[in-house]
Amino acid sequence: MMKTGIKGLAGLAMAAGLMAGTVMSASDARAQETIKVGILHSLSGTMAISETTLKDVMLMLIEEQNKKGGLLGKQLEAVVVDPASDWPLFAERARELISVQEVSAVFGCWTSVSRKSVLPVFEELNSILFYPVQYEGEESQRNVFYTGAAPNQQAIPAVDYLMAEEGVERWVLAGTDYVYPRTTNRILEAYLKSKGVADEDIMINYTPFGHSDWQTIVSDIKSFGSAGKKTAVVSTINGDANVPFYLELGNQGVSATDIPVVAFSVGEEELAGLDTAPLVGHLAAWNYFMSVDTPENAQFIETWQAFIGDENRVTNDPMEAHYIGFNMWVKAVEKAGTTDTDAVIEAMIGVAVPNLTGGYSAMMPNHHITKPVLIGEIQADGQFDVVWETAGLEVAQEWSPYLEGSRDLIADWRKPLECGNFNVKTGTCGGGS
Amino acid sequence: MTNGCGPKFMRILRMALIAISFIAAPAAAGADPIDDALARFAGGSFDDTQAGIEALVATGHETAADVIGALGEGNLLFRQTDRAVFYRGPDGVLREARSGEPSDLAPATLQSVRVNNRVRRAVQGAMGGLTLMSPDPARRLSAANATFRSRDPASLPLLETAIAQESVPRIRTVLVEARAALILPLSAAPLEERLAAAEVLAARGDQAAMVALRSVPTDAPEELRAAADSAIATIERRQTYIAVGQNIAFGISLGSVLLLAAIGLAITFGVMGVINMAHGEMVMIGAYTTYVVQQVIRAYAPGLFDASLLIAIPSAFIVAGAIGIAIERGIIRWLYGRPLETLLATWGLSLVLQQAVRSIFGPTNKQVGTPSFMQGSVEIFGIGMTLNRVSIVLFALTVFILLLVILHRTALGLQVRAVTQNRRMAGSMGIRTGRVDALTFGLGSGIAGIAGVALTQIDNVSPNLGQGYIIDSFLVVVFGGVGSLWGTLIAAMSIGVANKLLEPYAGAVLGKIILLVVVILFIQKRPRGLFAQKGRAVEA
Repeated sequence: MMKTGIKGLAGLAMAAGLMAGTVMSASDARAQETIKVGILHSLSGTMAISETTLKDVMLMLIEEQNKKGGLLGKQLEAVVVDPASDWPLFAERARELISVQEVSAVFGCWTSVSRKSVLPVFEELNSILFYPVQYEGEESQRNVFYTGAAPNQQAIPAVDYLMAEEGVERWVLAGTDYVYPRTTNRILEAYLKSKGVADEDIMINYTPFGHSDWQTIVSDIKSFGSAGKKTAVVSTINGDANVPFYLELGNQGVSATDIPVVAFSVGEEELAGLDTAPLVGHLAAWNYFMSVDTPENAQFIETWQAFIGDENRVTNDPMEAHYIGFNMWVKAVEKAGTTDTDAVIEAMIGVAVPNLTGGYSAMMPNHHITKPVLIGEIQADGQFDVVWETAGLEVAQEWSPYLEGSRDLIADWRKPLECGNFNVKTGTCGGGS
Repeated sequence: MTNGCGPKFMRILRMALIAISFIAAPAAAGADPIDDALARFAGGSFDDTQAGIEALVATGHETAADVIGALGEGNLLFRQTDRAVFYRGPDGVLREARSGEPSDLAPATLQSVRVNNRVRRAVQGAMGGLTLMSPDPARRLSAANATFRSRDPASLPLLETAIAQESVPRIRTVLVEARAALILPLSAAPLEERLAAAEVLAARGDQAAMVALRSVPTDAPEELRAAADSAIATIERRQTYIAVGQNIAFGISLGSVLLLAAIGLAITFGVMGVINMAHGEMVMIGAYTTYVVQQVIRAYAPGLFDASLLIAIPSAFIVAGAIGIAIERGIIRWLYGRPLETLLATWGLSLVLQQAVRSIFGPTNKQVGTPSFMQGSVEIFGIGMTLNRVSIVLFALTVFILLLVILHRTALGLQVRAVTQNRRMAGSMGIRTGRVDALTFGLGSGIAGIAGVALTQIDNVSPNLGQGYIIDSFLVVVFGGVGSLWGTLIAAMSIGVANKLLEPYAGAVLGKIILLVVVILFIQKRPRGLFAQKGRAVEA
């Protein structure tokens, strides 16, 4: 019994080896034949709900690339670690990926605090991180490529849309209490005031992570919206708190025709746990929706659903960001002819790859990418219907022009500047006001 | 008819005829306004669609209400090739928009007309006007409410007719209020009518009335502005009282959620003294049981869907209770009297259970549907509460009373109390203490499971569900006094109400912190909580 078990195992391993198309003569020889790619997403804990999907999409992209013959004639090998939604653990796992596993690049992180926690590690060990989530900006780092949206690629166009299309004059900025919503709301508040919105027409509200009792806040929003001016809610509420928030909106009868809610952290994945019939018409701003009708997207969805083995699984914006980021990295490595960090970082700038919305996204000198901005309305089937999109691609403003202290900063990682926070007023690198 | 007033009269008559012809659907030859209006829907832009709604309402065509209603539901379709428009009525039959005749076209050849919020608002306004005369009182009432909300001056003549015809007092009141909201900002209307309108709105006295009263333009006569301002002030005063009542209602609702989450713990921790960190996971397992029950019902007996939660309650009790008994027999019974080890073991267990659920069901949220009787909200004296919350309050109190009865009126309850008060003496009286321990722990876990059923209606069904409630649960049990069920009830309710009264002033984050500090200070002063147990049992 035992013997056949071992034999079976050996057979399996052999079959796997043949399938992967590599000949395993010795383990160290094999290590030289693959290029390792690190995946740093939480597979347990609070963030597992969002990040597990990103781990899966990376595995799919790597598998697809290997089917095409790998990279530089070598096969790619995914190294998955679980930082368990624990921010300091992100730094430890990143260190392990870079120094022990010797990966060529890392794709990972979701929350801003996890990104901030790994930044010093990537800087010290000189490696590359691809960060796929929309974030608050105010950062540009040599070792990081930001494939999610900066505030001007998501928040500002959404507010513009509400002003122009829905005639909104009164604003509720509701968010979860941490760095991304606080910075985004600071930018939005400054932006709204620059557009002539009065102080008393802005209500700002923060709630803890995982807040589940929204009765008071939704009723406050209702009464704030009854002042006679058209009111909208700009929501930077993150993660699990969204479902009870939308449930309460639906139950208290706040319909999108009265008070529309535009969300920056609610995508197809979050809606999957909800009955969206009472939410029809509420909005979200992203750079990608699953409902976008392009051949690239149809192909991507088909591959994804086949890979995951579930034809009901949805796709979302951060998945597209990884798709773009991974293809950019592949292209840059091919261009540089090596996976050496410095060469790849240099080769990345200017690389352009197709995105899933029918255009090309390019890596800019500020290590952010160009993206179209789409505004979608929630439909009864849990998908979004795109009601508005930018005419072309938006270039990211990593340093917001609406904030004191960041107004004069630019990031340009090309030679000779090579600086993430160059102050154009003082002419020095290192930010500083 | 004399010649003297002829020309003027004729002009009025002509205008009236035009107006009627717009309402009464003319079958004009040549360029047909109905076809024109319908063709707009195939225009592709939201502006076209909105113009189409207005044009179609103006024609007063017999299918106008059905077509516009279908548009609001996303059931208006058009053919790309010739811009012919079709709609799917409430009966699900595809019909030709112009004639209302059923059509046998394949839906695949059609595209649906896209809708955004602006178009939806136009649909609401139009439907209000089109269904004001509907024979169905419910439709008339919702039409009256829609007209009140849309405040479209164009619907004034229609509203007057509707008021004259309306026989149901409740609908009539809304219609009169809707008319008042329209007339108030209208500078062409006579002053006394506008003043009367302000009074009507003041009598309505809710937030919507306040919105309407604020629409008085700044250049309106002094008298009217004063009337509107005083009406707004009256309503605002009333609203502050209502706000307090509303916050207390929200607090009771939050308190009952806390009670549900904590009441199982009141048994395992309060009565048995086991620090059970996996309590939240029992709640989570109850929620997942509800999900599974609903999936089964959806697949095999869709007709029973409204009863799915009722079926889930005993299922969740059995599943969570059985797991609880297994935990007690397998782990906790070896650790009695060693609180630190119990804490660590159950903490580890909670992580294992979370990850197990994550592996089986996946990390994403699961959707648990709401039965139709729990959707929507009720309003009493201006204090609104959603029906799902009302159900949870009632459910929590029922569970509490049942538990009280079990502990104080049954043989098991007597044995439980005997064992927890003096284990050795209970044992020597012939009570099988091990069995009682297992059953008590099972009871506590089972109750946590049914709390999970209720929580599916207000929270995420995800592997992390339980984590959010474990700290609050311990807080409630300790604050109420370990071992006292009544204490748990009072503590849950007072924490809930205090939280909701603080929230409007301090915000959700700070409110929670203040409350935590207050409870900690209270425990410093009275370590045994609100309802401290007295007597020798405490020393044991």
